Amino acid sequence: MNNMSELRAKCKERYEKKLSRPRVVVGLGTCGIASGGDRVMKAIKEEVAAKGLDVDIDFTSCIGMCYREPMVEVAIPGMPSVVYGDIYPDKVPQLLESHVVNKTPVYEWAAIQIPGDATPLEGIDIMEKAPYYEKQVRSVTSRLGRTNPESIEEYIATGGYEAIEKCLKMERQAIIDEIKKSGLRGRGGGGFPTGNKWQFVYNTPGEKKYAVCNADEGDPGAFMDRSVLEGDPHAVMEGMMIAGLAIGADEGYIYCRAEYPLAIRRLNLAIAEAEKHGLLGDNILGSNFSFRIKIKAGAGAFVCGEETALLNSIEGQRGMPRVRPPFPAVKGLWGKPTCLNNVETYANVPNIIRNGADWFAQMGTDKSKGSKVFCLTGKINNTGLAEVPMGITLREIIFNIAGGIQDNKKFKAVQSGGPSGGCIPAEHLDTPIDYDSLAAIGSIMGSGGLVVMDETTCMVDVAKFFLNFTQLESCGKCTPCREGTKRMLELLQKICDGEGELEDIDTLERLAKVIKNSALCGLGQTCPNPILTTLRYFRNEYEAHIVDKRCPAGVCAALLVYVIDAEKCTGCGACLRACPSGAITGEKKQPHSIDVAKCIKCGACITRCKFDAIKKA
Amino acid sequence: MAEYDVTGETHKEQESPAKVVQEKKDPLQEDHRSKQFADLDRVIGRYSRERGQLIRILQKAQEIFGYLPEEVQAYIAEKIDIPVSEVNGVVTFYSLFATEPKGKYTLNICMGTACYVKGAQTLMNALKEELKIDEGETTPDGVFTIKSTRCVGACGLAPILVANEDVHGKISPGEIKKIIQTCRKGESVDNKKH
Repeated sequence: MNNMSELRAKCKERYEKKLSRPRVVVGLGTCGIASGGDRVMKAIKEEVAAKGLDVDIDFTSCIGMCYREPMVEVAIPGMPSVVYGDIYPDKVPQLLESHVVNKTPVYEWAAIQIPGDATPLEGIDIMEKAPYYEKQVRSVTSRLGRTNPESIEEYIATGGYEAIEKCLKMERQAIIDEIKKSGLRGRGGGGFPTGNKWQFVYNTPGEKKYAVCNADEGDPGAFMDRSVLEGDPHAVMEGMMIAGLAIGADEGYIYCRAEYPLAIRRLNLAIAEAEKHGLLGDNILGSNFSFRIKIKAGAGAFVCGEETALLNSIEGQRGMPRVRPPFPAVKGLWGKPTCLNNVETYANVPNIIRNGADWFAQMGTDKSKGSKVFCLTGKINNTGLAEVPMGITLREIIFNIAGGIQDNKKFKAVQSGGPSGGCIPAEHLDTPIDYDSLAAIGSIMGSGGLVVMDETTCMVDVAKFFLNFTQLESCGKCTPCREGTKRMLELLQKICDGEGELEDIDTLERLAKVIKNSALCGLGQTCPNPILTTLRYFRNEYEAHIVDKRCPAGVCAALLVYVIDAEKCTGCGACLRACPSGAITGEKKQPHSIDVAKCIKCGACITRCKFDAIKKA
Repeated sequence: MAEYDVTGETHKEQESPAKVVQEKKDPLQEDHRSKQFADLDRVIGRYSRERGQLIRILQKAQEIFGYLPEEVQAYIAEKIDIPVSEVNGVVTFYSLFATEPKGKYTLNICMGTACYVKGAQTLMNALKEELKIDEGETTPDGVFTIKSTRCVGACGLAPILVANEDVHGKISPGEIKKIIQTCRKGESVDNKKH
């Protein structure tokens, strides 16, 4: 134990020393890199070397403002640190010259400032008061964008591994009681009380038990687990260790999807570092508790996010769900009692132990405690990651944090919970976000993806998109899901093609209910949700497709006609040359026209027209 | 590809490289092939002692061969002593395993919800038109393969195109041409080296 306080003191000293030096920090999460963060990093290194600047170069993970990536933070001791957005390599010389050399921030590029002890600068939003962060809390995401995720020292310096140290002095049952008292519920979407789950595994007799982390974040539109794994891998591992200690497991697995290579790399690094410091392995911190963590990379199957399918996949088999009961808590990995939680759930555990169950429980609502990380995507101004207290309304998230709808278009729906969730219309925007309120309006909390749709999104097409996804990802083990998804998709295709009949809606509804009640696993039981919610809230769009043979949003190609506005057309001929089917005719400098019979509705003409003269009607 | 190993064990040399397929006449190719099988032997030797490692062995095999032809599947099945049907069952279950060779560049359009809402289908159409091949196909010169991918979790930057492992965000149909050109240039630079 003495070793640990020594280590912690050393880490703190080094961390403070780092903070006392001028620094340029680049955000290098997957989103930062995808926007060119690595090129910015290279440009900064070259510029610093060329000018011989006295400044440290560092990197961090995603601070959450994906819409401003690539982001660069400049921290000069004695001054507020400033985080800049949209910094491309060409801006680097001016940024360094102004802020590092002349100590003058470049105000027009600044996104937020973090004053610390210094006097805040005028004209730049302070992080906590910026519109994007004002309504957020930063608990699970507290280290994201602030520390170097590949440094165990910085994790320890910022309170890391204090929780496991504390737990090693506690009774195992007391740890479980603390988690129960906090009210933490599964963050993967199901919302099962975490403490109760741990209790089941604890109560199941057995020599060998496992703690497994579900990092198979398959819901399209959800990336909070990726962000947490890339930004704070040790927190997830510490949460797993605490679970292992409490339930009596000595081995843990993290099942991470292979689509997240950076998360896997950082996890591997974190495990190696923790082993080196005696925080993983035999007799952790001199106690009689031993724990090891292994990583399993997925191979691309959405159904593996389902807990029993995931266990099969870890065992090297096809990822098909098992019949429950027995639940994994009784018979899980290799038939042994297994505690299975999601990334965000584990990441919450160290904070709960350190700050106490009451601290956690004072956030959120009566039945949904704490905070939840959401991914804001779709047709909104500010896409990114946001951690909010449970109970906040959808309206606050979409119109305050996410900054409203792009191009001043009209909000139509927000999709929560991925392919298992539902589409929520404008009239429910004031619904508080918690497990039970979302279930009451036909959707689910899910893992935390929020995809916002505007008036140009066709809800029938969206339902078809999700069914296409679940149909492809259905593992084929049970008939309702294997056959049912296919039949529902066919019906939706028929409606989108303009060949639907009114009775198709009834058939869809009946099929959806049968599948919901009879499918084997979560994938099948929830896959009708997108259809049921769009039918519930947007039935008029289905009817427009079927009765009027019209797609109100102008998406379904079969129901559209392309026409040229004779007044706007200059007869330049660009569309005529672009048309692959020879449907456009017209003399030079005279308005052209489209032969509806020949038109294949590919849209090539619209993209070529510079005069906005071609319309879909 | 990412290195998945946690343990950092040292590679253990295996005794015999595999027998090379007989039809291959070109000695250079034959050499390459036997080296690939020798690599595979090392992978099998390293992982087959632990249970539940079939997926990892297949992932490594795909890194070595680029895809998993029947020959490789049968070889693995024999080496780790399980029915080839079981190996094939796993290979065909997971979308990241390929049973056909891929082009030098695999262009993946993300078809996640966020990307779809932001026009991924239009991107896909543009890409197919540009390369004159369909989804899942490879250009006759073996340079490009078009695929749609599952969500890569960079939804804040939708729509996304992944060229091999490079993630490109906020892509427009116009930029697709640029990316294709960059890849082609990379191709010609590589050619000059040889």
